[in-house]
Amino acid sequence: MVEKDEENKVRPPERQYPDPTARLRAEPPKTGHSWDGIEEYDNPMPRWWLWTFYITIAWAVIYMILYPAWPMVTRATQGILGYDTRSAVAADIQRFDQANQVWFDRLNETELVEIRDDAELQRFAVNAGGAAFRAHCSQCHGAGAAGVQASGFPSLLDDQWLWGGTIEEIHETIRYGIRNEDYPDARWSEMPAYGRDGLLDDDEIDQVVHYVLQLSGQEHDADLAAPGEEIYLDNCAACHGDGGEGDPFVGAPALNNQIWLYGGSYEAIRHSVYYSRFGVMPGFADRLRDAEIRAVAAYVHQLGGGQ
Amino acid sequence: MSILKHHKKIEKHATLLLVLSFLVVSIGGIVQIVPLFYLENTIEEVEGVRPFSPLELAGREVYIREGCYTCHSQMIRPMRDEVERYGHYSLAAESMYDHPFLWGSKRTGPDLARIGGRYSDDWHVQHMIDPQSVVPESIMPPYGFLMDRVIDGEHIADLLRTYRIVGVPYTDEMIENARADFRAQANPDADHSGLLERYPGAQTRNFDGQPELTEMDAIIAYMQVLGTLVDFSTFVPDPQR
Repeated sequence: MVEKDEENKVRPPERQYPDPTARLRAEPPKTGHSWDGIEEYDNPMPRWWLWTFYITIAWAVIYMILYPAWPMVTRATQGILGYDTRSAVAADIQRFDQANQVWFDRLNETELVEIRDDAELQRFAVNAGGAAFRAHCSQCHGAGAAGVQASGFPSLLDDQWLWGGTIEEIHETIRYGIRNEDYPDARWSEMPAYGRDGLLDDDEIDQVVHYVLQLSGQEHDADLAAPGEEIYLDNCAACHGDGGEGDPFVGAPALNNQIWLYGGSYEAIRHSVYYSRFGVMPGFADRLRDAEIRAVAAYVHQLGGGQ
Repeated sequence: MSILKHHKKIEKHATLLLVLSFLVVSIGGIVQIVPLFYLENTIEEVEGVRPFSPLELAGREVYIREGCYTCHSQMIRPMRDEVERYGHYSLAAESMYDHPFLWGSKRTGPDLARIGGRYSDDWHVQHMIDPQSVVPESIMPPYGFLMDRVIDGEHIADLLRTYRIVGVPYTDEMIENARADFRAQANPDADHSGLLERYPGAQTRNFDGQPELTEMDAIIAYMQVLGTLVDFSTFVPDPQR
């Protein structure tokens, strides 16, 4: 009986717990396709992927409404924002110009020689001029304005100036350049090619070169230099000066020192006399704003050689 | 889902799949490409742009041969910093006679779209022979050998003819005079009236300073004309382009 009791004992019903792994263990549905016995599960796309896809579609529609998109008969739809790169860059440039306008005005209104008396303005001019110098001038005159010695690109650091070293003269040179046909006001002079054009014979050139070597305090042949002096005075002194001091009015370099634009060796000087030189510089009146040119002039003037 | 049922036919028929895929891709291509040929804002006409003169064109060939475009772009984008550094942003019309265009995609060196007139011929010669002598931080290789490569324009008329086939409007007169123009441009003593009439604004001089006509003359002539043909003091940009 006891056994029966045990059997008839009332038990609480077993609770059915959901199996948390059932979903993972269950076979996902299949597409029904079968290729050579290979079947294909029909799993859903990951949610994040699906939603990103829907958002990009929505964005494409929004973009087409806002920006130029569909090509029509003569032009594309313009978009309700009215955006175009040409106006955008023009507005961007104008925004910076307006921010700088107060400085540009001050630069334009201040006499060139008085810029440096205004410490604040001078600081702006040197920074703005330096930036323009690095973009437009440094390729020839060097990032540090030391030029390229003996290659015809003058240093702007020393106090030897071909066309004058006051800030007004520097400003004029930057505006119109040297020996270019773009500006009637460009600096212009041309040394005759004494050898190529047959103005002097080879012996005379030899003598005058030795005289120039003597003028500049270099080793020379005194016997050749003596007759060279007369040739120099007849042919060269009108521009380079009786004592070789040069003349910034015609862009004639001084010959009585050791600063050389195209090199001071016998060969280099002989080449200069024989073929002449014709260094050029572009004008910047149409490339830079007036105030920028004034700033570059102020920058160059304070580099060390300004007069 | 009845439509998807028919999709099976495409999936199971390789030729049909190929033909229909091609059709779909073609529509995509046509929608993108065809409007470029009729939309007014992609073919803006700008005064001053002309085909390259024979010598400039020869210089352009050297530019392509030496792969200059791998390090130099010719495309000033409409952005403030680029405009301040390089000048007015490039216009589509300025490369209308470039086949292929040389806009480039990488600036190891600076952009060259407006290099014309920016440096002297002497500077270019010096810079080609020894780039670091004028720009110490440059990593450009030297191209001094261009000074030694004498060219006589033997095939220049053929080159112009080739460009005419791809759409550059070289006239019969231009092709007839190609070789003469080629030589005249680098010879300061030649008669330039015909050359200047055919190619307004062409610069005529001995570009490399040597008596011979070399590839250096050609590439400097090409450099000096880049970006100079449009007069931006009179050009008014249409904001809607």
